[in-house]
Amino acid sequence: MQNFENKVALITGASRGIGKAIAENLASQGAKVIGTATSDKGAAAISEYLGSNGEGLALDVTDAESLQQTIKDIEKKYGSIDILVNNAGITRDNLMMRMKDDEWDAVLNTNLSAVFKVCKAVVRGMMKRRNGRIINISSVVGTTGNPGQVNYCAAKAGLVGFSKAMAKEVAARGITVNCVAPGFIDTDMTKSLNDEQKQAIFDNIPAARLGEPREIAAAVAFLASEGAAYITGETIHVNGGMAMV
Amino acid sequence: MSTIEERVKKIIVEQLGVKEEEVKPEASFENDLGADSLDTVELVMALEEEFETEIPDEEAEKIKTVQSAIDYVNNHSND
Repeated sequence: MQNFENKVALITGASRGIGKAIAENLASQGAKVIGTATSDKGAAAISEYLGSNGEGLALDVTDAESLQQTIKDIEKKYGSIDILVNNAGITRDNLMMRMKDDEWDAVLNTNLSAVFKVCKAVVRGMMKRRNGRIINISSVVGTTGNPGQVNYCAAKAGLVGFSKAMAKEVAARGITVNCVAPGFIDTDMTKSLNDEQKQAIFDNIPAARLGEPREIAAAVAFLASEGAAYITGETIHVNGGMAMV
Repeated sequence: MSTIEERVKKIIVEQLGVKEEEVKPEASFENDLGADSLDTVELVMALEEEFETEIPDEEAEKIKTVQSAIDYVNNHSND
């Protein structure tokens, strides 16, 4: 299947987990993929698994200046970005009453504010071409809440509102903005949850298993496809029945 | 080499999909040329690109007619 022949896709946080699965999916369908990671080592890992299908770049999404430059460089080398997947995310879990300001700020900056900045930098080219796909990776906990994650839940819920508002602004230009909200997926991020958190979540998954990163990638690939042109401002929940909204 | 006026008019024709003869100096983007708010933002971005300048929001808000766009570029262009 070659759905994304001649398409350029930018995926933030692509060195491992869900971002890597998304990058591999789009690349396997013919897209030229640029994946970002915070470290040079992460970027090198992306370049390695992508091979001739794209490359990895080191980028701190919260650094507005280097972000602008990176987008410019990508567009110069590969052409305008057709598909943007905002996947980069971090956690700084703590009970709300114990949460430090810097834990709050770090998560909001990376998981929400950076998405605004990346979208703003990329949407210009999409507006010109009257075509584009933006997919923001939210989370089931943005809808359900999760103790110990007020920062993460706020940022992930924020993405849903952001996506709806942006979707309304750019729909007339052939650009769609959607979210995919993963449930409990088998990645390094969920490995870092404590046993209590894991058990509580696990008891509530009707599918009785963790999700695979490739199962998130499949939903992203669908939203990025031509067939999804009339879907915008929507959130697809991929969570094994954990939350039905 | 086209004049600034010609270049501005060309951008307006391209961005708003209007005919060249409609782009009169006094024509208002929103009232006469059928632009919505997103069209005017795109127009400003196109002007910024063509003339390699950055138009601050408070200035961009004042660019409402063909003549005001030409005037802005004349006063701020590097070329």
